[in-house]
Amino acid sequence: MSNLAGWGHYPIVATECLPERGPVDIAGLVSAHPSMIARGHGRAYGDAAIGQPFTLPTLGLNRLRSFDAATGLLRVEAGVSIAEVLATFVPRGYFLAVVPGTKFVTVGGAIAADVHGKNHHRDGGFADSVEAFRLVTPGAETVTCSRTVNKELFAATTGGMGLTGVIVEATLRLRAIETGWLKQQTHIAADLDAAIAALEATAASTYSVAWIDCLARGNALGRSLIYAAEHASAQEFELLSNGRTAFPPARSARLAPPLVAPSWLLNRASVGAFNALYFGRGVARAGAPELVHWDTYFFPLDAIGHWNRIYGRRGFVQHQCVIPLETARGVLAEILDRVARRGSVSFLAVLKQLGPSHGLMSFPMRGYTLAMDFPMTDTLLPFLDEIDALVADAGGRLYLAKDARQSRATFEAGYPGLAAFRELRCHTGADRHFASHLSARLGI
Amino acid sequence: MSDQKTVLILGGSSDIGYATALRYAEGGWRVWLAARDLASAQRNADDVTARSGQPVTVHALDVLQSEKFVDFVAQMPALPDTVISVIGELGDQKRAETDSSYAAMIMRTNFEAPSQLLDIFAGRFQARGTGTIVGVSSVAGDRGRGSNYFYGAAKAGFSQYLSGLRNRMSLAGKVRVVTVKPGFVRTRMTAHLKLPASLTVTPDRVASDIYGAAEENGREVIYVAKRFWLVMTIICLLPEPLFKRLKL
Repeated sequence: MSNLAGWGHYPIVATECLPERGPVDIAGLVSAHPSMIARGHGRAYGDAAIGQPFTLPTLGLNRLRSFDAATGLLRVEAGVSIAEVLATFVPRGYFLAVVPGTKFVTVGGAIAADVHGKNHHRDGGFADSVEAFRLVTPGAETVTCSRTVNKELFAATTGGMGLTGVIVEATLRLRAIETGWLKQQTHIAADLDAAIAALEATAASTYSVAWIDCLARGNALGRSLIYAAEHASAQEFELLSNGRTAFPPARSARLAPPLVAPSWLLNRASVGAFNALYFGRGVARAGAPELVHWDTYFFPLDAIGHWNRIYGRRGFVQHQCVIPLETARGVLAEILDRVARRGSVSFLAVLKQLGPSHGLMSFPMRGYTLAMDFPMTDTLLPFLDEIDALVADAGGRLYLAKDARQSRATFEAGYPGLAAFRELRCHTGADRHFASHLSARLGI
Repeated sequence: MSDQKTVLILGGSSDIGYATALRYAEGGWRVWLAARDLASAQRNADDVTARSGQPVTVHALDVLQSEKFVDFVAQMPALPDTVISVIGELGDQKRAETDSSYAAMIMRTNFEAPSQLLDIFAGRFQARGTGTIVGVSSVAGDRGRGSNYFYGAAKAGFSQYLSGLRNRMSLAGKVRVVTVKPGFVRTRMTAHLKLPASLTVTPDRVASDIYGAAEENGREVIYVAKRFWLVMTIICLLPEPLFKRLKL
């Protein structure tokens, strides 16, 4: 047994890591090791990718299998990362239909968490760009799932957190792009109402997201920068390019905190200063559209390798909830107010609109999602329980890929597909073959 | 036919074979992969095709069936411009010490088979007047060590074979012979070993060094991890009474 954690370094729990193997060995490992969970790059924040008791690495599933330039259909093994797909296909004029906030996740993980991007309000989640995938079932068979074949298993596996089987291969529909640049327009919102209004006003944009200054209080509560963007067309690129190359390669990580940072590094003053600088920079850029590198627009944090280390030895928790449209305004204001009053140092608060999703256990629903990082402290967990109560009362839910600590009650209240999901797990034998610390904690 | 060049990679199911195929495809080459494990080789071929748009074909080759080597070469669609052997089998030294047919398998795989195969290509290349032969050997062949001397001895033989072949070819014409000694490479073959990070390289690095030496800079004997040259030079200089007492 060894100790393993997710991206947040909380919790750290014991699991038995199986050897990394190629695709032909996965079925054998599945039948020999009940019960397990698949793990790719370990970017789930909490305990979703830590097996109970076995953890199956999927990074040996690392080959592309086919690409059809005419249709944009790409077939890949499930351990291939989004970074790799983009590094290969951006220069050829293709982009993934949906990307999350980090490119260092595997395709299998992206399907299992049905990850969303800055275009969820328009294009849906990652699973909506998946034509089909191959799944190793509890019986160690490999089956194809799509919207027409094994469709119940398809719906349960997209967003199913690896609890229906091991995804070994997937066919994705890429989108054609004319350039590797985004035409970004920055809007300033003085408070939460303005931020929500700006997100509504930019809903016609393919991509839109708000960055909230969580330390702003009173009249400035919810003060935000809204980044709306489109893939720049060849013509727009010509106008703004200034001699830059049309399909720039990926940027490599330039900085990385060498070791775990001391916990005093993040405090109200340092984060306040950062937020003020960041906000000032955004204000300076607002107005005219500008070209932004695809890597910078979608994955700003990936430029800092191991940014999770800045939260120190105790790690951090990301709290990401979604609140239904009707109640969003009031509940978000209440959450932000409590966070501001607590003086919690959350650098990264992100607000965006979500549309409906199709997976049985997918996180998105029509409404607004708010994501905030909190360093782990003695008072954090009770505080987050208070926030959860607001979320649950509003009919919202928490994102399982980020979760490390929610209660069963919060979880059960938020996921109406749970009963059907449990029944499918029981019926297929997945409940006896696939388990993570998250599924054990939440009784999935 | 276009003037696109062709590379044949012997050992095309391996991690180094895959990385080398990708490097050549990115350079615009047509790639042929030869391997016994056709499913793994096809997986590599699919990947290289998807990434580069270059078609990659897979050819059956069992290195322990040396009687079929002449037919294997004859049945290639054409004579390639470059042939690269990444054939290798680390084996289990302990088992080889008590199982002589297993020891023979290690030695045949690492020495006899690649030498015999490359020699057939050398003859064809010589007749044509051009061609490049790359043999991936190992630093393990620079001095025999207790922990892997069947593998090391076979690689030593292969390195000497390449040296001799290079000598013969350079006297006879334009056929080039390149010896590559990668040192520790992080692959499936070494996945169970603890390797020193400062001396360990990735398959991509080996591939780009192979491509550099074979097609660009004209070097003939390369150590991929440069420090390994120094390490092996020191190891080779140790006097035998001292060397034999070391655990290496």
